[in-house]
Order: sequence, then C-alpha cells, then structure tokens
Amino acid sequence: MPLPSDGRPQKLSARLKALLVGNGSRSAIVGRTSLLLAIVFGIAWVLFIAAPSPTSGASNWRSTTFGSAVHDPTDFLKTLLDTLTYAGLLFVVASGFTLVFGLMRVVNMAHGSFFLLAGYIGVRLQKSYTHAGVFGLSSSQVSLWKDWVLPLVLAVLVVAGVGLVVQQLLLRWNQGQELRQALITIALSLIAADQIMAHFVRGGAESMAWPNILGPDKQLAVGSVTYPWSRIFMLLLALGIGLGLLMWLYQTRTGLVIRAGVDDRHMVRALGIRIERVFAVAFVVGAALAALGGVVGASFAAVDSGVDGQWLLNSLVVVIIGGMGSLGGAAVGALLYAAISNFAAVYVPTTSSNCCTEYSIILTFALLVVVLAIRPYGLFGRPA
Amino acid sequence: MSTARLARPSLDRSIGTVVLVVAALGPLIFSAFWVSFILTQVFWYAIAAASMIFLNAYGGMISLAQVSIYGVAGFVLGNAVTTGETKGLNLGLSPWIGFVAGVLIATIVAVLLGAVASRSTGIYFLMLTLSFAVMVNYFFGQVTVVSGFGGIGGIQNHTPFGRPDLHPNRLYYIALVATVGVYALLRYLLRTPFGLVLQGIRDDPVRMSSLGYNVTLHKTLAFGLAGFVASFAGVLFVWWNNQISPSSIDITAALNLLVIAVIGGLHRLEGAWVGAFVFVIVSDYAQSVGFLRGIGLTQTRFETLIGLVFLAIVLLSPNGLLGIWEWIRAAVPRATRQARGPKDEPPQASPA
Repeated sequence: MPLPSDGRPQKLSARLKALLVGNGSRSAIVGRTSLLLAIVFGIAWVLFIAAPSPTSGASNWRSTTFGSAVHDPTDFLKTLLDTLTYAGLLFVVASGFTLVFGLMRVVNMAHGSFFLLAGYIGVRLQKSYTHAGVFGLSSSQVSLWKDWVLPLVLAVLVVAGVGLVVQQLLLRWNQGQELRQALITIALSLIAADQIMAHFVRGGAESMAWPNILGPDKQLAVGSVTYPWSRIFMLLLALGIGLGLLMWLYQTRTGLVIRAGVDDRHMVRALGIRIERVFAVAFVVGAALAALGGVVGASFAAVDSGVDGQWLLNSLVVVIIGGMGSLGGAAVGALLYAAISNFAAVYVPTTSSNCCTEYSIILTFALLVVVLAIRPYGLFGRPA
Repeated sequence: MSTARLARPSLDRSIGTVVLVVAALGPLIFSAFWVSFILTQVFWYAIAAASMIFLNAYGGMISLAQVSIYGVAGFVLGNAVTTGETKGLNLGLSPWIGFVAGVLIATIVAVLLGAVASRSTGIYFLMLTLSFAVMVNYFFGQVTVVSGFGGIGGIQNHTPFGRPDLHPNRLYYIALVATVGVYALLRYLLRTPFGLVLQGIRDDPVRMSSLGYNVTLHKTLAFGLAGFVASFAGVLFVWWNNQISPSSIDITAALNLLVIAVIGGLHRLEGAWVGAFVFVIVSDYAQSVGFLRGIGLTQTRFETLIGLVFLAIVLLSPNGLLGIWEWIRAAVPRATRQARGPKDEPPQASPA
C-alpha cells in the first residue's frame, strides 16, 4: 500500500498484464518471457531439481547443501521460515528509511549508523545490567523486562533523540536540497562509524542475548521442524510495526497530515498546518525504527564495525526494489530480498573445490537489475 | 547548454602551468617520501575523483561506484599477473596483458552498471550506485575463486616497469602522465559533440530527449567512460599498494572518494586534484598538529576528522574549496573596483 494515494487503483488483472507484456514491443515480450522462464526454473530448481551433495564421490551440477524441497522438506521449510522472519527484521529497518524518504525526500545515509548505535547501546546496557563478564551471556541469565526490554527502550530513546537533533540542527534548514541532505547524512555516517569504533567496538563481534522466554531452548514445533521462538518474534514484531504504521498513517490526524505532505508539501503548509513539526516526528520515528531493528538485530545476529554499512545496503536494496516511500513496497522488497539471500545460501550448487564461496550477492544484484529494468522506480514506487 | 563553464580566467591557467612544472620536476624538489608516497597517491586518487566529478559536473550523476570500478580493474590485474604466491586465479600473464585486461573488464563492468543505473536520476542514482559499490565489495569478499577476504598481494613483482618500491620515480612519472592525460582527455571531451549532448542532458533531459537524443545511451556511455578513467586509478593503486583486498574498496573507501570530490568541488574537474591533495595531506599530517591531538583527533580517528571537514564543506561551501576560490576571485576585483570608484565592469564568467 503506497504512502501516497496514487490515483485510481488499477485492476489486478490489468496490472498483471502490464507486467507481463510491458509496452508490447517484441524485445519487451521476449525479455519478460525469458524472465518468467528463469523464475519458473528457479522455483523448479528449489522444489525438485536440486540434489543433495553425495556423501562420497564427486559432486555434480545439481549438488546443493540439502537438495530440493522434495529431497529434504524439513530444511526447505526451515529456509522458508528463515526467509519470513529475516524479512520481518528487514521490514522494520527499511520502513523507517522509506517513511523518511516518502515524506521529506531525505535519503538518510546514516540509517545504518542509527541501527549500529542502538545495537551497541543495547549490548552495553545488557552487559552492565546482567554483570556479564567478557564471555557471552546465555538467555537463562537474561530477564525479559530488566535485561532486554529496558535496554531496548533506552537505546530506541537515545537514537530517536539523536535523530531529532540531527534533523533540527542539520537537515531542517536544507529542506528540499535532496543531494545536500544526503551528503550531510553521509558525513554523519562517516563520523558515527569512527566514533562507534572508538567508544563501543571491543575487538570483534558482540551480540545481545534474547531474554529467557525467547531463549534457544524455546522452540516451536511446525510439522517436522522445530523453530526458535525468537525468530518468530521478529516476524510478529514486523507485523505489529507494519500494522501500527498503517493505523498511524490512515487512522490518525498526524498520519493524515503525513499523507497530505507526501503529495503536496507546499499546499499543506499553505493550509496553516505546521508541517515542520510533522517532519521532525517522521524523522524521529524513522530513527526509532532503525534503532528497534538495531537492538533486535544485535540479539538475532551480532554487531560489529561494518554492520552499519551492511544495514544501509539492506535498507537501500529493500526500498529500491519495493519503491521509495512505499510501505507495501518495503514489505514486498523485504520478502524478495530475504528470499534471495536465504535460498541462495543453501540452494546454489556447491562443489568441493569452492567450499566457502557464496554467490548470494550476485543473485541479489540480479534481482535489483531485473526489478529496475522493468520498473525503474521500484515495484510500488513512482517518479519523484 | 552553457559553455560558460569552459571559459577559464588566465590566472587559473597560470596556476595550473606552475603546478604542472613543479610536478614535472617533482623528484628534484620534493623528498623521496613526498614523491613516492604523498604525490603518487594524490595522482591516482585524483584520477578516480576526476571520473566522479566528470559524471556529476557534466552528466549530473553522482556515482559512488567509482571505487568499485577501480577495484574491478585492480582485482583483474592482480588475478592476471600473479604467479601463485597469493589468493585468486594466479594466471601468471604478462604485466601488459594484465593492465589491458584490467582496464578493459572494468570498462565493460562500468558500461553494464551504467546501463542499469542510467534510467534513474538524482538521488536514486546515488543510492543505486552505492548499492553497486557495496555489492562489488561483498562479491570479492565472498567469491574465493577470484579473491576472498584477504585479497591479492605481491603485485609489485609483476609490473611492466620493475618494482615500484625500488624505483619510486618511475611510478611517480607514470602516475603523473596518467593524471595529466586524464585531465586532458576529459577537458577535450567536453568540447566534443558527445560532451555537449551530455551537458544538455544534465540541464534538461526532457528537452534533449524530444530533440531526438538518446538520453539513456549517452548516460550509459558517460558512465562507461568514467569507468575507463577510474580503471587507471585502480591499476595505479595496485602498482602503488602492492596488494588489493575487499577492504580497499569497501563503503568507507567509496565514501572517502566522495569526500575528496566534495572537498575539491563537485562542479569543476580541477576539484579532483585539489581534493585529493587536501585529503592525503590531512590523512598524513593530522597527527602532527598538536591542537587536533589535544581534542582527541589523532591518526586513528582520521575518519572522524575527515567526516567533520566534509560536513563543514557541505554546510558552508557546497562547491568545495574551488567554490571558495571562485568566490574570492569574484570578490577581490569587486572590492578593488569599489575602492577605485565605479567603472564599466567586464562581463564575468559565472561559475555555475
């Protein structure tokens, strides 16, 4: 569902037809047909064609880590769940990015820095609350409210505050100068990365422990798979955030002003609405979403120097695929991106000679190229 | 289509000539450290930054992918020439073939990236090229066949002109010739029909399109050309640095090149050399400034320092140091004229 009300909704069949035929030229039809075939082949590969690596002897072109869904339904289901839950985290972070862009046309290149800063604040607070030593915590030592939710809330508040300061001090008076604002946030991301390195990084990746009720022993049984509750929590959180954002944008007065501001900033201002205040609110919410993602990300994976760039890339890819400024686009983009990175990791053929090579980044790149070739502004985007 | 920005006042030209003469006599004037370390580094940084400024000033595209394109050139060269002492393919080809292959493949990659990116504009272009940059970085980190995390080393044993660490002046002069050649090439291009169409697209893509020019094709070619230029920076970088790893082309490196271009000035080619010089000087001499050390900005906090400089430039002078220079050049005659009383003013070439 795009943030802006983008004209009359087209019928789904008409949209599908447009997607398949393009502008009707021969090259468009050939291109799109071969793309369709490639997608069908990819799905068939994952479902039927791929084969498990032979335990002895040479592996062949079909050899993958687990084999296809037919060979190994358990790991297929696991990969599918991994995709959904990882997409949840991607959506939480990218929705903040897309919200800020949709309303203010600010590309916040410091979004990854907000993520990392919050992650590190969470890690440090949790370690000090639990009096953990240099060794890792186990979830049984971590109480839900004091040792996980409180660090989360504090990290989100601090980063939201940083976001407010950045917006008021540096971005506010450059409103409308997209490039300059992007450069300002790039400068901030450079400074932030270096300062995080100086004050938080202690020689290697660190992570938060999930609270005891989401610990590694808490597993949900789905068919033949047991699946950790902590990852399902990420998906539920994303659904909650998505629902909350929709309610906020479509059921409240602030949301109304934001949607109006996305369409015509000057008219909103001329009507006597203080849109500056709404800008500040949107930026703070965007930073807070990055921070929320940062703390969850620090619990789900880990934080380290360089994670900021990784999450800036994640946000960029998600919103470029989905379309800048569109919440629904962020959700679809997150799902596609998560699917590519999770499935590529286990379903791309492996041979013994290149044991540790990952090609998921090439497939991610291919996804980006394909989407942009068909829709230059992303799946749900529209020209600026 | 303004050609006003092509007009250069003669003072700038004389400064350029002096700089060129000093650079040509470099090894006689400067210490060995300056020649082999500072200035050679400035030359290849400037080539990469020039490719970025060319795209912005004359094509209206800010590309953050220039570092990854020079990385491609460097990695191809490294894979081609090494003979088994390092990661990668170790093809053991002749250094000349490695050089040609590096430039060629990097240019092809640039054309392909350009074909994808050229339909987007402005801030979308910036984001897209940043994504490319990070993906190329991850590609070389993940694909162990061609590099892997540690990268490729020992390249200085396989240059066409002997070991640069033993003969630093050779690499210095090669870099000088390359850097001057790049400047001349880009300046020449701006006067060609291709360059003029490109500037037209920068100013008004819709009009150029309705005049019958293929906007996407021109932008793609410009991107490929900038990639060609950037690939020389990649070749010089690996000759100078002896090794290349994914961390040489990571997001920090990509942003550092943007910092160089912005410090110099994103709207004039010369900004590349000014920015590269300032960047290298700051990175090497910041630690010797007592005041900076006093407030905790030492060599290890270099990125903070350079980030602050970058922020200050973006906030105060969006056209970089050259913007300040142009402002001074415009302000001084105005002040002296006012002191002497009003006379008829010569028309000023407006720096856009």
